Amino acid sequence: MKQLIVRELSLHFGGVAALFNVSLEVNKGEILAVIGPNGAGKTSLLNCINGLYRPSSGRIIFKDRDITRFPPHCRAKLGISRTFQNIELFKHLSVLDNIMLGRHLHMRSGILAGSIYWGWAQREEVVHRRRVEEIIDFLEIESVRHKPVGMLPYGLQKRVELGRALALEPELLLLDEPMAGMNAEEKEDMARFILDIAEEWGTTMILIEHDMGVVMDISDRVAVFDFGQKIAEGVPAEVREDPRVIEAYLGHQTTAGTC
Amino acid sequence: MRLRFPFVMNCGLFTTSYREDMAVLFAPAAKLKVAAIIGFLLAFPLFVSPYYVSVANLIAIAVIGALGLNILTGFTGQISIGHGAFMGVGAYTVGVLTTKLGLSFWVALPLAGLMAALVGAVFGIPSLRLKGLYLAIATLAAQVIIEYTIIHWTSLTGGSAGIVLEPLRLGTLSLGTDTGFYYFALLLTLAAVVFTVNLFRSRVGRAFMAVRDRDIAASVTGINLLRHKVLAFGLSAFYAGIAGALLAGYTRVITPEHFTVDVSVKYLAMIIIGGLGSVMGSIYGALFITLLPILLRALADFAGTFFQGIENLLLAMQTALFGLIVILFLIFEPEGLAKLWQDVKNYFRLWPFSY
Ligand SMILES: Nc1ncnc2c1ncn2[C@@H]1O[C@H](COP(=O)(O)OP(=O)(O)OP(=O)(O)O)[C@@H](O)[C@H]1O
Ligand SMILES: [Mg+2]
Repeated sequence: MKQLIVRELSLHFGGVAALFNVSLEVNKGEILAVIGPNGAGKTSLLNCINGLYRPSSGRIIFKDRDITRFPPHCRAKLGISRTFQNIELFKHLSVLDNIMLGRHLHMRSGILAGSIYWGWAQREEVVHRRRVEEIIDFLEIESVRHKPVGMLPYGLQKRVELGRALALEPELLLLDEPMAGMNAEEKEDMARFILDIAEEWGTTMILIEHDMGVVMDISDRVAVFDFGQKIAEGVPAEVREDPRVIEAYLGHQTTAGTC
Repeated sequence: MRLRFPFVMNCGLFTTSYREDMAVLFAPAAKLKVAAIIGFLLAFPLFVSPYYVSVANLIAIAVIGALGLNILTGFTGQISIGHGAFMGVGAYTVGVLTTKLGLSFWVALPLAGLMAALVGAVFGIPSLRLKGLYLAIATLAAQVIIEYTIIHWTSLTGGSAGIVLEPLRLGTLSLGTDTGFYYFALLLTLAAVVFTVNLFRSRVGRAFMAVRDRDIAASVTGINLLRHKVLAFGLSAFYAGIAGALLAGYTRVITPEHFTVDVSVKYLAMIIIGGLGSVMGSIYGALFITLLPILLRALADFAGTFFQGIENLLLAMQTALFGLIVILFLIFEPEGLAKLWQDVKNYFRLWPFSY
């Protein structure tokens, strides 16, 4: 079953086409890796899918609903959540509060119940705190749960951001370079988390990643982007042999060499 | 039963349930301290002259107003220069409802909060598109528009002559005295403090802080930005409306000059000096800014007994001094009195192992 269909999507910034006529289909429960050189339009694609960018043309269909014009919070409600290439945590808040915010859509208390607190709001806090603690256990960040996220090292911040995205219980999870800037060990942990998420919750994922080793290991399919266009798509082994892909990567390298 | 080394203040305390972990006052020492403070506040009017009680009343009103502005500016990150006008909406609502419609103050008070909330929410709508300085100007426009309406809608507001209220009564009990009003204001202020603390450990308050810290991430986490910004404006103005209504009930004279842009700026100064995004900071700031002119006057009078005429000079410099203090805070302790006090406490908390 197709969970997400991107149809002939284009996105322009002034004269620059960040995306041009991109079509893509994502099956329920699969991990789709999106790769491509810098500036290829990978982040722009995610931004269109979760509503941070309005495409110039094209459609986005999620679970058979056209969501092209939906604002981000509505898409979150439908089950799309994400992490960012440059960490976007609520930096003055603790790890717990950041992940609790991922439960926002699953909670009900309003201003009045919250201000009174004892009774309804407190019970709700305890129930969702339990879910959040499960996520904290899963990501192995128990020891820092009360720390303000701004004080954590980079690798842990990436985990907290993943935790916040997971707390939404998404059906489609968009991961923008979750392993960028990590050492081998941290990458391995992150890869394990991603595989566990897929296995335990069957979450569909779109994963942007530069490390080809990781991409080959954990993705079901790969889509390759260059200059805003999708130039290849298929299972990892296929894509690796595709001459256009080799050209895109090696071609960029030779131009870089002549400078 | 826990055995604790009595000289190490907060060592060896562990929480054993989520409820305890989320409690604001978990340590027995903290509970005791709060009880002591409330006891002190209850006994306060018994030991001091009515003048000090009247100062305390103004502080209580300022605390409610400062909490309101801090909810919006400190916790939600939306600047407002219209807080004074929102207080005015509350005050005039009480004035009109009690003098023109003959409602009792007790009915008019919550309605004043709601009216201010409504007006605040409407003027909060531009905040979806405007940030920082642009939002500041938009809220300044709100201030000007409301002030203009108050001054020129003479048939309703009495123009610059204003409205005069009857002394407050609660049944046969007179709240027209300083002490009577004190207990009433204290009750409302404590409620406002507790509500605000609770708000920010539950869903909507957390969403407000998320909007402040990273609005993009907040929206992809499912937080409706427009709704929460408008809610924050409304709630902030609700507190302002209650504060304004209390001021009206206390002074019994409602005139436009109590709700000018100067008042808005004074409240901004309170939360900056006290600490943005801090409940305790709102209290410290309200205390500080309300007491400052009083202390300066006392100081000037004192100096005047030594040097003839210097008191007038010092009083003339009051505004400049006020500005100077705000600037010094911005430079040396941008997180305000709350942070300063926290640092002092942290130093002694694990005393004698402070390192
Ligand atoms: N907000 C924006 N305003 C203007 N141009 C933009 C904006 N966002 C992206 N672009 C442009 O769109 C193109 C694609 O950018 P995008 O961030 O999607 O690339 P990417 O594939 O994620 O690259 P990287 O690997 O460096 O993250 C780039 O040329 C970029 O400059
Ligand atoms: Mg990118």
